[in-house]
Amino acid sequence: MLLKELTELNGVSGNEDEVREFIKKEALLHATEVKVDSMGNLICYKKGKSSEYKIMLSAHMDEVGFIVTGYKDGVIKFSPIGGIDERILPGARVLVGDKKIPGVIGSKPIHLQDKEERGNNIKLKGMYIDIGADNKEELERLTSPGDYIAFYSKYTEFGDNCIKAKALDDRVGCAMLLEILKESYQFDLYACFTVQEEVGLRGAGVAAYTVNPDLAIVLEGTTCSDVPDVNEHEYSTVMGQGAVLTLMDRTSYPNKKLVEFIYNTARENNIPVQYKKTTTGGNDAGKIQLTRGGVVVASISVPCRYIHSPVSVMSKKDFESCLNLVKKVLDKLSGDASLIGSFKD
Amino acid sequence: MFDLIKKLTGAVGVSGNEEEIRELIIQEIKDYVDEIRVDALGNLIAVKKSKGKKIMVAAHMDEIGLMVTHIDEKGFLRFSTVGGISRFDSIGQRVRFKNGTVGAVYYEDKLEDMKDLRFSKMYIDIGASNREEAEKSVKIGDTACFAGEAVKQGDMVISKALDDRSGCAVVVKAIKDLPQTDNEIYFVFTVQEELGLRGAGTAAYSIKPDMAIAVDVTMTGDTPESHAMEVKCGRGPAIKIKDRSVICHPQVRKLLEEAAEKNGIPYQLEILEAGGSDPGSIHITAGGIPSGAISIPCRYVHSPVETASLKDIENAARLLIEAIKA
Repeated sequence: MLLKELTELNGVSGNEDEVREFIKKEALLHATEVKVDSMGNLICYKKGKSSEYKIMLSAHMDEVGFIVTGYKDGVIKFSPIGGIDERILPGARVLVGDKKIPGVIGSKPIHLQDKEERGNNIKLKGMYIDIGADNKEELERLTSPGDYIAFYSKYTEFGDNCIKAKALDDRVGCAMLLEILKESYQFDLYACFTVQEEVGLRGAGVAAYTVNPDLAIVLEGTTCSDVPDVNEHEYSTVMGQGAVLTLMDRTSYPNKKLVEFIYNTARENNIPVQYKKTTTGGNDAGKIQLTRGGVVVASISVPCRYIHSPVSVMSKKDFESCLNLVKKVLDKLSGDASLIGSFKD
Repeated sequence: MFDLIKKLTGAVGVSGNEEEIRELIIQEIKDYVDEIRVDALGNLIAVKKSKGKKIMVAAHMDEIGLMVTHIDEKGFLRFSTVGGISRFDSIGQRVRFKNGTVGAVYYEDKLEDMKDLRFSKMYIDIGASNREEAEKSVKIGDTACFAGEAVKQGDMVISKALDDRSGCAVVVKAIKDLPQTDNEIYFVFTVQEELGLRGAGTAAYSIKPDMAIAVDVTMTGDTPESHAMEVKCGRGPAIKIKDRSVICHPQVRKLLEEAAEKNGIPYQLEILEAGGSDPGSIHITAGGIPSGAISIPCRYVHSPVETASLKDIENAARLLIEAIKA
């Protein structure tokens, strides 16, 4: 499991190079052929014993973050990249640009805020990044508008098999995909590490168009809201209860037969599995499903609390459940390749 | 026409679950087309072969509905919406699952102000006394649509899912009545329109037609204090100029207008300010496909009491036939 390495690398959407280079090196040990397309998707091909069917597995390399938009006095002004809850930002630690200059997100101190400001959340436009510079000239010497900014957060193991890290969404998928690449199957496998998911599922559609798969499975880190003050029926997923299958979300309606097949595979093998109970959000499956003449898709995810924050939390047990499930599913499809074509209506 | 509409609106076919309605349509049309296929997403593609221009005709099979996401200990079902459903329209409704199970949609008692009504405070009651009993008839992921038979009153039909089973009826009628033509026509009953025009795009990609015409419902401006809109029930099918997803190709619009004029079919022009339709995804597929639409004026769209004029629906079928046979 390469989660520590993967989550400590920075790959804000559009700037996935560092993550891609690391994954590429690992993938080259096992893949038949590795290609990077014009958008930056890393497409790893593993030849199967037969080329009758193509299965695409995808995980996105990018993570949410920020970009430098300009300067004000001695601090950096910035914009978010991807969906970030601005209320979690004040006090967060970040790394700015390729030089990874440490910074902190600051805002007007509480004793200077007027009554109304105190009662409300600080808005993004009132925040800035402080890298300890004296003035604009020093900022300009060290950074440039357009520099990417990532959360700074060390991978930490704690509690009962839990992990805290940034970018679990979707380095968990990347880590699983690298494990799967070690296996060989009857069908041709395309492990796609996609870009720019967090800014609108942009890379996956392009990769799926190139691969033109018979079936695709998206590996993700997904929201988990099994926390106090949330009704049970509003829990999106529950940490510790295993691999998550998506019934429907804002972007995709996964193939029902494939989802049922995956669910049954989990049950047969005593792998903990759960359905995601909310239908908000979206992932690469949305774009893949609608590529060319349509693709049979499903999503398998690891529940991650506090997703899109520097302190996402997941359970190693859920990661194992997910990885085992994906492997079992692929084994079954490999054992009887005719199944692959059977999910279409 | 009413009997066909009654039959088609009676099927359960919530977006992504079009199996039953698709089978019904196959039975209706299988003797009238040269080829039938179902693609990866579930679109039903029926072809009348020829050597001429490739024309795609599209009507979506799916309808809005609810999806079960949680079953509580007492046997009540919590749900998500599939497509654009109003929470207020849903209160007090019966919904029906594919296996015939019927449920009542209601809301938590402690709600004090209707303005605070959220789907997360609503539930479906199928009369089960606990989770185990509920799970015998419904499982997580199952979908349900509004229940209720189509009713004919004078020239008007009242039903759930006129959006877009009335369009499906128009296309079925066209398949049956179309005279010999040189055009190769692909009649597509699309899926997942209500989730973002999804099926139409993938179908268009595999067909790559020279032109596409969709048949769907549109809203009207003829009810008390309604939003201003020129389209009215009973004034004929509407030829779409634009909606939020497409500006129709001028030549397709012209073709439809000329077909109506030449054959004395009453028509109106439609500018729909809210909402999209299948041409929205078709026209930007595979290098671009000139697209247009015939719209059936329909009141109370996405409610259990969608209301439309049978004469308009009949005329929509006539207009479609005249436009695609040329």
